[in-house]
Amino acid sequence: MIDESVDKSKRQFLTTALTVVGAVGTGYLAVPFLSQMQPSVKAMAAGAPVEVDISKIEAGQLIRVAWRGKPVWVLQRSPEVLATLKALDSQLRDPQSDESSQPESSKNPARSMKPEIFIAVGLCTHLGCSPTFRPEVAPHDLGADWKGGFFCPCHGSWFDLAGRVYKGVPAPTNLEVPPYRYITDTQIIIGEAAEEKSA
Amino acid sequence: MNLKPTRLRMCGNWVLDRFPLAQVWNEHMAHYYAPKNFNFWYFFGSLALLVLVNQFVTGILLTMNYKPDAKLAFDSVEYIMRDVNWGWLVRYMHSTGASAFFIVIYLHMFRGLLYGSFKQPRELIWIFGMLLFVALMAEAFMGYLLPWGQMSYWGAQVIISLFSAIPVIGDDLALWIRGDYVISDATLNRFFAFHVIAVPLVLVLLVFMHIVALHEVGSNNPDGVDIKKSKDPWGHPVDGIPFHPYYTVKDVVGMAVFLLFFATVIFYMPEMGGYFLEHANFIPADPMKTPEHIAPVWYFTPFYSILRAIPDKFAGVIGMGGSIVVLFLLPWLDRGKVKSIRYRGGIYKKALMLFVISFIALGYLGTQPVTPLATNMARIFTAIYFGFFLLMPIYTRWEKLKPVPSHITMQPTLEERIPELKAVFDEVTLVTEGENTTRGFNPTGAKNVLVRTAKNLKESLD
Repeated sequence: MIDESVDKSKRQFLTTALTVVGAVGTGYLAVPFLSQMQPSVKAMAAGAPVEVDISKIEAGQLIRVAWRGKPVWVLQRSPEVLATLKALDSQLRDPQSDESSQPESSKNPARSMKPEIFIAVGLCTHLGCSPTFRPEVAPHDLGADWKGGFFCPCHGSWFDLAGRVYKGVPAPTNLEVPPYRYITDTQIIIGEAAEEKSA
Repeated sequence: MNLKPTRLRMCGNWVLDRFPLAQVWNEHMAHYYAPKNFNFWYFFGSLALLVLVNQFVTGILLTMNYKPDAKLAFDSVEYIMRDVNWGWLVRYMHSTGASAFFIVIYLHMFRGLLYGSFKQPRELIWIFGMLLFVALMAEAFMGYLLPWGQMSYWGAQVIISLFSAIPVIGDDLALWIRGDYVISDATLNRFFAFHVIAVPLVLVLLVFMHIVALHEVGSNNPDGVDIKKSKDPWGHPVDGIPFHPYYTVKDVVGMAVFLLFFATVIFYMPEMGGYFLEHANFIPADPMKTPEHIAPVWYFTPFYSILRAIPDKFAGVIGMGGSIVVLFLLPWLDRGKVKSIRYRGGIYKKALMLFVISFIALGYLGTQPVTPLATNMARIFTAIYFGFFLLMPIYTRWEKLKPVPSHITMQPTLEERIPELKAVFDEVTLVTEGENTTRGFNPTGAKNVLVRTAKNLKESLD
């Protein structure tokens, strides 16, 4: 009969071979399709450094600059503020910034190259909202424990004035400090790392 | 005398010889037998279809004037609102339609919980329905970015950041979704493509599969009785009636009532006090500044509340995803042998009531700013939400079931209930002083009615 003349193993082999070739082909085609959704060359090139003039910032003042489309804060801190930072260590999740992202030159208690000038990416490390700057001490909506800092309105994360995260809030790490360096005493360039001298 | 077929009929036959139109019509409409006891809860399937059509038609019209470009998007929406003929109407129909879609779908899903429509043999219908729900959430989320307002921008920022919480691949995945290091023109453009082409195609395909699966096993009903068990000599279910014309006519009534509410919102409260269109979204997107208070649109808030309630980034994302995943598992979590709530034990009724309360409470809390009290409340309701599903295999075994009738039972209609309602009304509002009976508030009558209602409620919950 006809049935006996069918070579089933050959048929099986051809089916398997076709399936494998088809799957490999689909896999190869998926690479350009998926890859074209990655940031384009233009988007990657857009991360040019920005220059900031800090000569006109007054004590306690915060200015925002855009770097790679993100808000970057430049904050002038007074000596009194810097003095309060040390007292907060026990309430913070990562006071020494061991698990947080910052250049080596800013891995210190004040999280900056020069203590009075604090620079950070103004996006919460939880889900990327931009926290609000709340320098006042113990405002009525945040309670008596508030020593001044950054409050994220989206999910209630607390950061101190060095961008260090408090315990018991959703954000996992301190605010990111971008790479930056001083050109002169009043000129900062954000997006270029400082030359590592000692570290 | 021979009847000569008309030209029109000949044309019709020409088509029918080549395309099984009559067959499809009969199989899914004229000869599709549905249980004869469908009630109020059975309006929402056809209403969902109506809203889907509304979203397609208004959406296509909106794309004719909308510009998916970060520099132009916000202004093009304002242009539609101000300068395009009837543009405001089309846009409000689309934005109100999004919220209406979720109202209808949530009620449609609740119907499933009431009457056990997800149970054997309708598990696949439930799964397709859940996939539709997920696709609909993706569609709504991506559509909300398009106006490029403050809420669009920061809402998308938060939701895409959820993916970055996944260990190892998270950051690269979020980058791939955005197509840039921040939400930008690239993100807007791809969301437009997904919102307008990709996800609608998936939605249509899933609706097709949802209905094909439904018509294969037949509709469930408020009694949870299988109508195919008893058939008349012609092979039609005794308790069934053809979908067309009986239910098409019924659904037209439902649509008319729905459109009344829909039109009221469109014409008199299109923003719905900031719930359908949020106030902050009337400000163009500003990547430098997050609005003081951000919350998703109301239909996402129950899940958003769960995310916020958990004080850990990754666990929060897992909790939020899990709250959707458990819904998929429902047909296998529920071990109750009876479908309809009419014959289920009190423990399921109480559990369902707690679930509905916690779902609504989570939804409300999700629209509110974070305070310690609200967070604690959200944690309790999150526990109830998950408890309803995860404890289901245990508590549905303890159920004291009531006997299920072999045939569909007919409930009294509203018209038949009028004398009864009138008697209750009289009991509360008739005051007898001596021989005079006057209209007024009757406290003892009201008390009696309340006691009776409480007793009935307790009885039905046992």
